[in-house]
Amino acid sequence: MSARERLKTAAGERILLTDGAFGTEIQNRKLTEADYRGALDLSRDQKGNNDILALTRPDVVDAITRAYLEAGSDIVSTNTFSANRISQADYAAEALVGDINRASARIARAAANDYEAKDAKNGIGRPRFVAGAIGPTNKTLSLSPDVNDPGFREIDFDELKAVYREQIDALLEGGADFILIETIFDTLNAKAGIMAAKDAAAALGRDVPLMISMTLTDLSGRNLSGHTVEAFWHAVRHADAVTIGLNCSFGAQQLRPHVQALSGIADTLIMAYPNAGLPNELGEYDELPEQTAALLKEWAEAGWVNIIGGCCGSTPAHIAAMAKAVAGYAPRRIATPARVTRLAGLEPMILAA
Amino acid sequence: MTTQQRATFVNIGERTNVTGSAKFKKLVMAGDYPAAVEVARQQVENGAQVIDVNMDEGLLDAELAMTTFLKLIAAEPDIARVPVMVDSSKWAVIEAGLKCVSGKPIVNSISMKEGEAEFLRLARKVRDYGAAVVVMAFDETGQADTQARKVEICSRAYDLLVADGFPPEDIIFDPNIFAVATGIDEHRTYAVDFIEACKVIRQRCPSAHISGGLSNLSFSFRGNEPVRRAMHSVFLYHAIPAGLDMAIVNAGQLDVYDTIDPVLREACEDVILDRREDATERLVTLAENYLGSDPAREKEAAEWRGWPVARRLEHALVKGIDAHVVEDTEEARQEAARPIEVIEGPLMDGMNVVGDLFGAGKMFLPQVVKSARVMKKAVAHLLPYIEAEKDEGAKGKGRVVMATVKGDVHDIGKNIVGVVLQCNGFEIIDLGVMVPWQDILKAANENDADMIGLSGLITPSLDEMVTVAEEMQREKMAMPLLIGGATTSRVHTALRIDPAYDGPVIHVLDASRAVGVAASLVSDTQKAPLVARTAEDYEAVRIARANKGQSELATLEEARANALAYDPAGKAPPPQRPGVHHFNDWPLRELRDSIDWTPFFRAWELAGTYPGILDDPIIGESARSLFADAQTMLDRIIAEHWLTARASVGLWRCRREGDDVHVLARNEETQLPFLRQQVKKREGRANMCLADFIDPNGEDWIGGFAVGIHGIEPHLERFKAQNDVYSDILLKALADRLAESFAETLHAHVRHSTWGYAPDEHFTNADLIRETYVGIRPAPGYPACPDHSLKPILFDMLAGEGANEGPAGVSLTESFAMLPTAAVSGFYFAHRDSDYFGVARIGPDQLEDYAIRRGVSLEQATRWLRPNLD
Repeated sequence: MSARERLKTAAGERILLTDGAFGTEIQNRKLTEADYRGALDLSRDQKGNNDILALTRPDVVDAITRAYLEAGSDIVSTNTFSANRISQADYAAEALVGDINRASARIARAAANDYEAKDAKNGIGRPRFVAGAIGPTNKTLSLSPDVNDPGFREIDFDELKAVYREQIDALLEGGADFILIETIFDTLNAKAGIMAAKDAAAALGRDVPLMISMTLTDLSGRNLSGHTVEAFWHAVRHADAVTIGLNCSFGAQQLRPHVQALSGIADTLIMAYPNAGLPNELGEYDELPEQTAALLKEWAEAGWVNIIGGCCGSTPAHIAAMAKAVAGYAPRRIATPARVTRLAGLEPMILAA
Repeated sequence: MTTQQRATFVNIGERTNVTGSAKFKKLVMAGDYPAAVEVARQQVENGAQVIDVNMDEGLLDAELAMTTFLKLIAAEPDIARVPVMVDSSKWAVIEAGLKCVSGKPIVNSISMKEGEAEFLRLARKVRDYGAAVVVMAFDETGQADTQARKVEICSRAYDLLVADGFPPEDIIFDPNIFAVATGIDEHRTYAVDFIEACKVIRQRCPSAHISGGLSNLSFSFRGNEPVRRAMHSVFLYHAIPAGLDMAIVNAGQLDVYDTIDPVLREACEDVILDRREDATERLVTLAENYLGSDPAREKEAAEWRGWPVARRLEHALVKGIDAHVVEDTEEARQEAARPIEVIEGPLMDGMNVVGDLFGAGKMFLPQVVKSARVMKKAVAHLLPYIEAEKDEGAKGKGRVVMATVKGDVHDIGKNIVGVVLQCNGFEIIDLGVMVPWQDILKAANENDADMIGLSGLITPSLDEMVTVAEEMQREKMAMPLLIGGATTSRVHTALRIDPAYDGPVIHVLDASRAVGVAASLVSDTQKAPLVARTAEDYEAVRIARANKGQSELATLEEARANALAYDPAGKAPPPQRPGVHHFNDWPLRELRDSIDWTPFFRAWELAGTYPGILDDPIIGESARSLFADAQTMLDRIIAEHWLTARASVGLWRCRREGDDVHVLARNEETQLPFLRQQVKKREGRANMCLADFIDPNGEDWIGGFAVGIHGIEPHLERFKAQNDVYSDILLKALADRLAESFAETLHAHVRHSTWGYAPDEHFTNADLIRETYVGIRPAPGYPACPDHSLKPILFDMLAGEGANEGPAGVSLTESFAMLPTAAVSGFYFAHRDSDYFGVARIGPDQLEDYAIRRGVSLEQATRWLRPNLD
């Protein structure tokens, strides 16, 4: 069975768990510049370049990944949110983009395989998956950074597509099952990512299943480029993604209505992984694992989700609490919307058949 | 705004098509994109549910025009809310367009003109870009004109696409609407052929749609709008039931079938349905009667331009249209008694609507940016008139007594609010800083003020504001009391100040809201609703607070048991140069480079991080201009030595006893009690206390410091004499920044040499601002050490025996505010694990314990720690 089919099968049986945050977990380890830098000869300081740890402190990335698998994650994502040419340029580490993604995917692959094997030894047939994570970069295709020149763009579609393609190729080479385009604040950026994945699939001559996850920037439910959740779904439906969903944005409480909205219209799996609440005045996340888990349990009860997990501020303890909270709940049944023409500007438009 | 469209017939706007609109073509050819964007806006306002964009004109670089225009309308949420139809006969232009359009657009069009392989290649690309597609009824042999050809070509294309995996619902056929009533016989059946073909195609090709370009139909009646409109309406009346479900039309120029002049309607029907031999001749003859009778349709298309000027201004602000704002503002100015009324009236009304919509999450960033731009243009036009009028000493619209309360010396925010209110026609009586309540009440009563505005920055000022409210109540005053300043909040106002005074109490978040609130309070009609609304809101806050399950507190004992484990490995070595050191004139030049500019902009209510803020789309411009002024003033401050930077540093032996640190300074032991977090923590997180950074088993070291920027007064006097409030605020803000920069620079100096535990660290200014170094310098009154009353203890240790002034020349008010205001003081902790945190809420057990350790009564401790208590 392909990864896409295996995920769909598993998600048909129970609510699956993805993982939680890497950033805060890494932060807690108080690594030094020497940890980040390792033996690399780079012209800029590397402290804060979490993705490069795949090369310099693979043990840290491995430990966090395994902590999530131990906590019950069925899917682990690679620690590659910023491992793209644009973000790595801030650290003068563009040349390492391929290495970082390959290494990170291999770490996650090996860990997932170990856990799958361990389960198998105990007679449990439980697949574990690796999602190759792709962040949005810090450039946007839809907005101008210059108020006096609203037509200006810092980057164009083809450039961004090439940036994504480099990362996707390396993640697939390292063994990722899926390409997870996450924290999408600009819908057009995501469309460039989808195109890059389609090109990669064509080059490899095989299916490259996508996971697509939008992030909202205001409570009314729009992302930064202004798309509503439904307009976003219309704009990316051609990706034939294995999961669609929401991540980051706010805590589960604020994300709730938007998960509900998406759940009712998307004819694919829903994956949602909110932050551990809203940050406090010091930028820390205080929401306890049981609190987050209780909120997500409501989503499970309502039958809105197939895969859940955590974003900023979540920990293995959060994932374990979520796993406990949703155990036994039936997964969401995939919506079967009518075959109608779904267009979108910033808002959705449906043309009746 | 977010109501979803579910359409059975879709109007596709045709006015942004250079082949269909001469006006649009002219604008694009001339490079007048702002006006071209307005055409798109009008279309959407007139009901276009999709807008067709076509730049196929021989003299245009169509790719460039297409991408330029699409990027521009992407910045217009009023337009971008609807899907775009990317229209070109050249695939390269379409593909360039698809790279700029988000959402799910429609491609118009592809066809089998170049054969099946090319057709499918392009269809796959359309799919990969996530678009729907218009397929023209065109094949290798040419365009379909008859019913049979239309059906044949569309059926073949449908089968090919669906077999290739193209979603059938994303296929839209254009079976070609051709001109009728041309006088050529073969053309007579074109409309009927189209209508009949629709019926068959819809049946033969499930889920697919049919579209068409309507303007072709009436091509022979160019220049006769009434007839063209009638023909279009009649055509749609018959084609829609047959299956046409989209059409490229000018949505503002369709007539309702029933309202068409029956004679004209019948003549049109005869032509379209080919019902009479002489149908064309009859319509041509009849059409003469309608020539030149074009009613006020064009005007209706831009209906809002006909509204009264106040409504036009409001509309322009809310919609972010700046095309007419200067002329409208000028018109409003001429109508108004005073130019300021234009701001207070229509402009503020519009901005209030924008503010409300944004606050409610119904408007988002790009729209607000546009509104701000319109407002800026309007105000820029009015400013010279307002200033000219000011010289004539116009009477204010209201009188506001403003003061920074007793014990507090911070006034930048208050001054900004004062300036903004003055700009809006208020008379400001500014009592300055450290004003006791007696003076505030007296000034308010004697001047018959309309309201009092209180400001304060440090937490003890919150209590002082309660006192002012209580005294106003005792004197049975009724005038409104406005509360502002960095530590004030709506919640504190609702819980503590509002209950103390029966008159209206209103917390004002920032200067931009001050005008709206003050204006409402002097308005006969708006005052009562605002007061009632605020009172209700505060009551709701109080009720919510009363019912709120507060985060659970650990007992003090539990919190101490969960203290940060002390790691002896992280202990700093003893100082190189212990004792107290004074620096009486630190070179200002050195402080300039390490200024953290972000808070400087925040002081001016420009939110954003430096240096990014300079390029900020909204505030970048004002940030840049402010920054340039600041640099110019800094040049003078340094060259002419306007200010003097003084500092005192002490590094002392200490020992830890529980949450206390006993410091050996001036040959005596001083007890420093610190507070511990009590909010229940997640597994693995400690309940922090500053004492945790001191070795519990044996001798350790702690530091203290104070810095002050002196000499500002004569310059402020000078600015005051010149009525230069801008420079006044600028200098104060810069002095504050220099003090902070000094604290940071001094801390580095201490780490490198005085204490010397990090002699080799090298950081950029950005690193310093991010505080990546080892060691902290928490200040009394800030989250890690919230008790301001530790300041006199620190100052005593720093000042030395018999000193006739405070350390670094800094003195304290009775509320522990520092004078000069540009001053910073705090402790130094050097342990590797030392970090900033917020003590936040503490329980009654710690309050009691702290009072004993601090050696004061429970009441006194309660007063000092009130912000940290329930």
